[in-house]
Amino acid sequence: MAHIETPPGHVAEAHFDTKPIWRTFWILLGITMVELLLATIHLKTGFPPKYVLNGVYLILTCAKAFYIIAEFMHLRHEIKNMIMTIAVPALLFVWFIIAFLWDGNSYRELRNRYDRHHAEQNLIKAPPREEPAAKKPGQPD
Amino acid sequence: MAQAVPAGQKWWSGGKSPFNVEYGKLMMWYFLMSDAFTFGAFLISYGTIRFSSNGWPDPNEVFKAFPLMGETNLPLVFVSLMTFILIASSVTMVLAVAAGHNNDQKSVTKYMILTIIGGLMFLGCQAWEWTHLHGEGAWWGRNPFPNADGSVASTNFTTFFFTITGFHGFHVFSGVVINCIMLIKNLRGDFAKRGHYLMIEKAGLYWHFVDLVWVFVFTCFYLL
Repeated sequence: MAHIETPPGHVAEAHFDTKPIWRTFWILLGITMVELLLATIHLKTGFPPKYVLNGVYLILTCAKAFYIIAEFMHLRHEIKNMIMTIAVPALLFVWFIIAFLWDGNSYRELRNRYDRHHAEQNLIKAPPREEPAAKKPGQPD
Repeated sequence: MAQAVPAGQKWWSGGKSPFNVEYGKLMMWYFLMSDAFTFGAFLISYGTIRFSSNGWPDPNEVFKAFPLMGETNLPLVFVSLMTFILIASSVTMVLAVAAGHNNDQKSVTKYMILTIIGGLMFLGCQAWEWTHLHGEGAWWGRNPFPNADGSVASTNFTTFFFTITGFHGFHVFSGVVINCIMLIKNLRGDFAKRGHYLMIEKAGLYWHFVDLVWVFVFTCFYLL
């Protein structure tokens, strides 16, 4: 996630360079556009399949997070030891995400297997939503 | 930003600040890390509940409205606009930090004003979205949207949505307040007198963190 490399012989310039800022902006905007394009293609055609897309979304999200932290928050240009005090505790998220999502999934499977009533609840269809015909005054659309 | 660092510097031999950053900035980083775990806990609990549910509403069915467009089906368009606004205000914030490095008080003022405007625009968008969803009948403990497969949905979806975007929106709001204070201090010439603009950098770190969280909220609620 975090970039752990201090550029060798790094010397702070007296003049802050704004070029990498704009480059990062275009990268972030580009990634967001790609995500939206993929979502729109999926809505129109049903391709690529949702689980493939979800993986792509997560990778692209981590890429965006990396650019924001490394360039906008300037962490990439700090000293390696300081970066590590942020990056190492953040690794706790790896366990955090895997353990909890796994647990949620396991709970769903166990409940569907042993709780007949719960599994059957999912077969009840929701009544069709009535169209919001008459808008109340002051209510935005 | 870090001071100039000669090659082969021995950081731990005493007499120097081994992380080469100012105390307040380091503490801002650690605060943001703890805040990241707070948001992480929210989003992961959302994920856990979603994984444990047999059905979940389709975000493209829920978030498809745009101001003044009535019933037109425009999934993702409004939230893309919000994302763009937040990224743009993040850029103006870095430009303010850069201007601070060059001791350019006028540019700092200009970019801080732009950043505040961006934050207010984002908050306005969020207020509109909340009002719209509330008008549809969604609120904490109330969910009018059926699951994607047509079955009856629990209220978990809306409760998580309002809690997490609300918590994020509150961060944006406090970020705007902090940025306003920085703008006033800059206009009074406090930073120019002090000779450095480190306060702008610390406010900037907080502001980028808000943007960072939005990246994850955007993915978790609107894309997945």
